[in-house]
Amino acid sequence: MCLGIPGKVVSIGRDLAEVDFGGVTREVSLLLCPEVQEGDYVLVHVGFAIQRLEEQEALETLKLLKEIERRWDEEERER
Amino acid sequence: MRRKGSDKERLASLMRELSELIEGDLRVMEVCGTHTVSIFRSGIRTLLPENIELISGPGCPVCVTPVGEIDRAITLAQQKDVTLVTFGDLMKVPGSTTSLVNARAEGSDIRVITSPLEALSIAQVEPKRRVVFFAVGFETTSPPIAATVREALRKRITNMYVLSSMRLIPPALRALLASEKLALDGFLLPGHVSVIIGTDPYSFIAQDFSLRGVITGFEALDIVEGITMLLRQRKEGRAAIEIQYQRAVRAEGNPRALKIMEEVLTPVDARWRGLGKIPKSGLALREEFIAMDAAITFEIPCEDKDDPPGCKCGEILQGIARPPECPLYGMYCNPHHPVGPCMVSSEGSCAAYYRYGGTK
Amino acid sequence: MRKAPTILLAHGAGGYLSHELISTLFLPILGNEILASLDDSALLPISGATIAFTTDSYVVKPLVFPGGDIGRLALCGTVNDLAMVGAITLGIAASFILEEGFSTNELRRILDSLRAAAREAGVEVVAGDTKVVERGAAEGLFITTSGIGLVPGGVNIRGSCAREGDLILINGPMGDHEAGILLARGAFSLKGTIKSDCAPLNHMVSNMLKASKDIHVLRDPTRGGLATVLWEIAQSSQVGVEVEEEAILVRPEVRGVCELLGFDPLYLANEGKLVAVVPEGEAERVLEVMRADPLGKESAVIGRVVEGHPGRVHLRTAIGGHRILEPLSGEQFPRIC
Repeated sequence: MCLGIPGKVVSIGRDLAEVDFGGVTREVSLLLCPEVQEGDYVLVHVGFAIQRLEEQEALETLKLLKEIERRWDEEERER
Repeated sequence: MRRKGSDKERLASLMRELSELIEGDLRVMEVCGTHTVSIFRSGIRTLLPENIELISGPGCPVCVTPVGEIDRAITLAQQKDVTLVTFGDLMKVPGSTTSLVNARAEGSDIRVITSPLEALSIAQVEPKRRVVFFAVGFETTSPPIAATVREALRKRITNMYVLSSMRLIPPALRALLASEKLALDGFLLPGHVSVIIGTDPYSFIAQDFSLRGVITGFEALDIVEGITMLLRQRKEGRAAIEIQYQRAVRAEGNPRALKIMEEVLTPVDARWRGLGKIPKSGLALREEFIAMDAAITFEIPCEDKDDPPGCKCGEILQGIARPPECPLYGMYCNPHHPVGPCMVSSEGSCAAYYRYGGTK
Repeated sequence: MRKAPTILLAHGAGGYLSHELISTLFLPILGNEILASLDDSALLPISGATIAFTTDSYVVKPLVFPGGDIGRLALCGTVNDLAMVGAITLGIAASFILEEGFSTNELRRILDSLRAAAREAGVEVVAGDTKVVERGAAEGLFITTSGIGLVPGGVNIRGSCAREGDLILINGPMGDHEAGILLARGAFSLKGTIKSDCAPLNHMVSNMLKASKDIHVLRDPTRGGLATVLWEIAQSSQVGVEVEEEAILVRPEVRGVCELLGFDPLYLANEGKLVAVVPEGEAERVLEVMRADPLGKESAVIGRVVEGHPGRVHLRTAIGGHRILEPLSGEQFPRIC
């Protein structure tokens, strides 16, 4: 349960932050993660940041499966 | 466990390790609906050895909401000055006579939101309406709801209410284990609930029941790694709670979220579809916030209603039956005409089996 | 078969419930063989020729969006429905239902856009009608377009013509239109710009037909998306369909919207895309022609028609799993789980 999507904090307003998800942005509340800064990656659920992610890890989440899939497929074809 | 080497190499090496570690059968309950779907969708089911059995659990908040609570929300929505707002997941769930989507077609003001803050905005923009947020979810969702309640008070919004069907995962797991109906080797624990609660609330699994649990992410690689970690523990004779999903989950969870939850919400006894009444397994608004509690303000009782005749959602949620074993599955209950919530919810076991052609 | 006592938004979504409404209410009452084929256009034999006839209503909100507007949509949609049976448009009729109070400047703008789309497609609006309804009864503007076309001799393109061994082609990424509309509505406080792919496909289809006399099926994946259209073809032809997830392109921003709302891009509407089912031997030629067209630069083979599982569509996922693609079931609601 619970879709949690990683995104990058583009700007921080008074109540809400603007978070970028691969070209689409959404207003996200930082009430549960007040320490988050501009440029940080966050995990977002129902419009709230629920965790700050290390950039490395966030990028991993974003491309993890695609990488595996691509290389797995290549290997399959080579056989 | 940090990831080393390339991802593909990692997957290959994990699959190798997995097949080396496996001795006899492994019965794992994957608690969370999203895990069920991921496992099917990614095709891991076909890759895993035959003797690994993955059992779906009650981690689908829509699926475990009893019929009576759906009916209560619909009844509220039918009041003329009420705007009922809820997550899209709930819209098609059948109540005993109708569903939210049908009630909307019949004229009730029911709107889909994707954040509890939208409930607040609607209340602000439409002061003449009483905006009731039908709040369903586990510990990932309850802190955002709690934070929104605080915001409502801060902004002096007096026309927003919360109809709580929020639930807690650890008490449900305890109830399942205590019932002794399941023979398990371990749990794949929900990744995002654990972002909030950390590892402590699961420690009873190891301490009281000598079972193991791994908090797992949702990608195929995560799940394979989670299962491998369970196998390793079993081989080493250990029963502990570990974190596979390290990029998002910390042992202490999210302390700020926990604090806000604690401030606004309090555990209450709750009824779960299939599992029955579980003590202190639900969340309600604390006394200070009573003015926002829809159940109290609107005085609409929640009746105990039976599940539809033949529907095996209850047993499926307990992990003691599989969707194809339900007499309604497929012919009478399918995504186009669902009877029970396990088929409606995109994360329900039955929907997953149906979409991904599962038979075992 | 259960019947809902009232009409739901889901009945208009183009998926399973739309089909059910049509087959349990419309067909039995209005029914005849031609209507029952449920192709994008009706085919009427007239003195040795075949006339194609189609109609469609446009109720999109907002009226104007990145990549188009209701005028462009109305023109292209009907031209495309004719093109999907291989017909050359002879003329378009357009009826307008206007809400009292609607801005004439905005109407002018929409008409200009409709005219520009007509020029692009090389067609003319030859008949029309206008009605005005009271404020509140039409949300600005509804447009209905009807089209009449001529199917060249020897062309037989229908949903029921897919055959085992055929390859399945599409001309570009999925989901642009509906994702663009969602963003244009500012739904769920999402911000971003995705352009609708709304465009007339008739020139590309014309070239495809020149390249091959043996195209079996053409369908445009509008409401209900690619998955629904593949299911319709599988059902209509009683064949199995298998497609590869990795071969289906989706723009990153569209994926972003889908992930945020819990939507599946295979069920989002497109307005400038087609699915072509062609014999294996013809595929390379047809693909080449598609790729040479500005609307088909990213054309690709996405799957094939198989003998097994007639009437069902299987999607192979990257890691080798497979998933059954059902048609859209009612409305897609955003979800949090």
